[in-house]
Amino acid sequence: MFKILDKEFLSENVARLIIEAPYIAKSRKAGHFIILRIDKNGERIPLTIADADVEKGTISVIAQRVGVSSHKLCEMNVGDTLLDVVGPLGKATHIANKGTVLCAGGGVGVAPLFPIVQAMKEAGNRVITVIAARNKDLIILEDEMRKYSDELIIMTDDGSKGSKGLVTQGMEEVILREKINEAVIIGPAIMMKFAALTTKKYDIPSVASLNTIMVDGTGMCGACRVSVGGKTEFVCVNGPEFDAHKVNYDEMLSRLNAYKSQEAEGYTEYLKTVEPTLN
Amino acid sequence: MGEELDKAYYKSERKADWRNVLRKEIKSKDRTEVVRVEMPEANPNIRNKSNIEVNKGLTLEMAKKEASRCLDCVVPTCVVGCPVGTNIPKFVKYVENNNILGAARVLKENNSLPAICGRVCPQEIQCEAQCVYVKKLKKEGSAIGYLERFVADYERESGNSSIPELDAPNGIKMAVVGSGPAGLTVAGELAKFGYDVTVFEALHDLGGVLKYGIPEFRLPKDIVDSEINNIKQMGVKFVTNFIVGKTATINDLKEEGFKAFFVASGAGLPNFMNIPGENYSGVQSANEFLTRVNLMNAGDKAFDTPVHTGKNVVIVGGGNTAMDSVRTAKRMGAERAIIMYRRSMDEMPARAEEIKHAIEEGIEFINLASPIEYFADENGMINKMRVQKMELGEPDASGRRRPAPVEGSEYDMDVDSVIIAVGVSPNPIIQQSMPELETTKWNTIKVDDNMMTSIPGLFAGGDIVRGGATVILAMGDGRKAGQGMHKYIQETVLAEV
Repeated sequence: MFKILDKEFLSENVARLIIEAPYIAKSRKAGHFIILRIDKNGERIPLTIADADVEKGTISVIAQRVGVSSHKLCEMNVGDTLLDVVGPLGKATHIANKGTVLCAGGGVGVAPLFPIVQAMKEAGNRVITVIAARNKDLIILEDEMRKYSDELIIMTDDGSKGSKGLVTQGMEEVILREKINEAVIIGPAIMMKFAALTTKKYDIPSVASLNTIMVDGTGMCGACRVSVGGKTEFVCVNGPEFDAHKVNYDEMLSRLNAYKSQEAEGYTEYLKTVEPTLN
Repeated sequence: MGEELDKAYYKSERKADWRNVLRKEIKSKDRTEVVRVEMPEANPNIRNKSNIEVNKGLTLEMAKKEASRCLDCVVPTCVVGCPVGTNIPKFVKYVENNNILGAARVLKENNSLPAICGRVCPQEIQCEAQCVYVKKLKKEGSAIGYLERFVADYERESGNSSIPELDAPNGIKMAVVGSGPAGLTVAGELAKFGYDVTVFEALHDLGGVLKYGIPEFRLPKDIVDSEINNIKQMGVKFVTNFIVGKTATINDLKEEGFKAFFVASGAGLPNFMNIPGENYSGVQSANEFLTRVNLMNAGDKAFDTPVHTGKNVVIVGGGNTAMDSVRTAKRMGAERAIIMYRRSMDEMPARAEEIKHAIEEGIEFINLASPIEYFADENGMINKMRVQKMELGEPDASGRRRPAPVEGSEYDMDVDSVIIAVGVSPNPIIQQSMPELETTKWNTIKVDDNMMTSIPGLFAGGDIVRGGATVILAMGDGRKAGQGMHKYIQETVLAEV
């Protein structure tokens, strides 16, 4: 079980892995995530299920190389086996025909956005998707998104692909043009904060999917907690999606950095032990 | 407590020849003169810097001498104090008679996890509290817990571990959700009846709270694995990384042929106090701290999972989880590892032994105090807490005196890390996946006298029913549920054949 059947780099530091996990493939829905562990010394890593194939019994996840564990994951090869994969975790996205849905994804947040775009489209919505990244090399899943979106807008900070500007500019352009019934926002905390402010300005009901620190992912540890409308919520069992206008993004951002120095130190040490593969 | 005492059975057991002979070897009066054995312990100043087990266990000589204190009462009230109804006089007298493997077989008749119970059961309020020494003679009770541990360890180390007698396999599939103490117990019980038992565990490792919660220095993981191995030897199958209610539902498993279910998904959800600043980095639940250290080996450089500690660590709470957390924080290098508890030492719910060990290891106690706010640096990392002093008022529903804030007594103290150990709530996953399942207002699952829920064939026990209790009470539930499930299968599945 949990064999890696396929692997592809979507950008320099972002890899897509197809993993054998028949039970999860069968029971997962858009919005669900898994937790995996590479080896017995590894962390439990939460990752959104980007796609699944029930017949083949596989799921796909997309990982960005940022620290020791994600680096190790991106270095795994086809034929290797993950030690542990558990899921599907979290609550599924509430999918319904709402009319026109604006889906906004930033950076690697485009990966968890994809199954939602797909499900929203299949539920009969008009889906307008905005994906954004720093430059053209970091834009991922363009073809997949185009397939399930009525319109795909690409934004890059440097204008190397699509339009030059931030995700919020692309969103606002759509909002000013037509009636949006709901927005779905996924990306780095800072991107979600400003994307949520944008939809709030126009009173558009919005959900954000949060990627907080987790250990068990089943409600046991509380590492993932965030304030939503002044109330503490556990992202793993009550999320990962919440009302985007009520999330305290500043708190979330600071909690995401809780282990930053320890992790940076660990990563530097780790990189000394492996053949340099980047830069 | 446990089942009603079957007096006639215990009387006839007591009349066995070997017991008669043994009783006459030493006069009762001489037995009462023997001083209760003391548990050898690792040096506090060495153990508080390592993970070595604190209690070192009795020697054979110590165990036999302690067993000789037991008066082999006509009515063994100690048994009534045991949630799983262990035949205590029989195993203790086997120890005195130097038949340690025989004693082990007696323990295993009712208890699949004796090496664990011998370490973490609160014997002082259970079997030992019902001992004639305590009840009638105003002396310290027979050291039943130490003896149980001795017997279980002796058997394991002898390499001659026995497994109980099993009925012939009946091929009927039974599912157990969770591999903590309740789940392991029910699995053992069902295996004895000949069922084909599968235990589903959400985490990557087996044992539940025995692995992620209780630290190595109190319950070594090898011991837990060895007890689980014994249950595997009984034919029980284990599946890790499988969350019933998520990976597959109870109904999916029914379609795969499982005939009855036992849900022991535990009291996973940690409580917080909902005070300002509680979500700053560096404030964490005891579950998070202990899981990182115990399950993920955080703190060991060879492992990738990080953990937040510091020089000044405050643990809020006074239960066993608080003691486990504070003693772990000390071992992780805290200069000041402090218990902050809102009542006084007398009301502290932790076991007396844990409090004693904590004091020996240099743990500080700030009693009659409670945090009211946390403060952080520019990175959102906690650096200070505001504390309110408390005083005790009238007794509340629990019979303990209710703490009340002392007006104007607030003060601030510098801290690097705060660990919240103020209780847990039931894990919500099974309930979320089965809206038709009846629950209480505390979100625990409702069960009848046989531990069956509102859904026929679905049983539950342990903390998911109790909302946060002890290992042995969970095991008591497991035992009862095993019998309830057996009865259910006989009345339904087998009656249809």
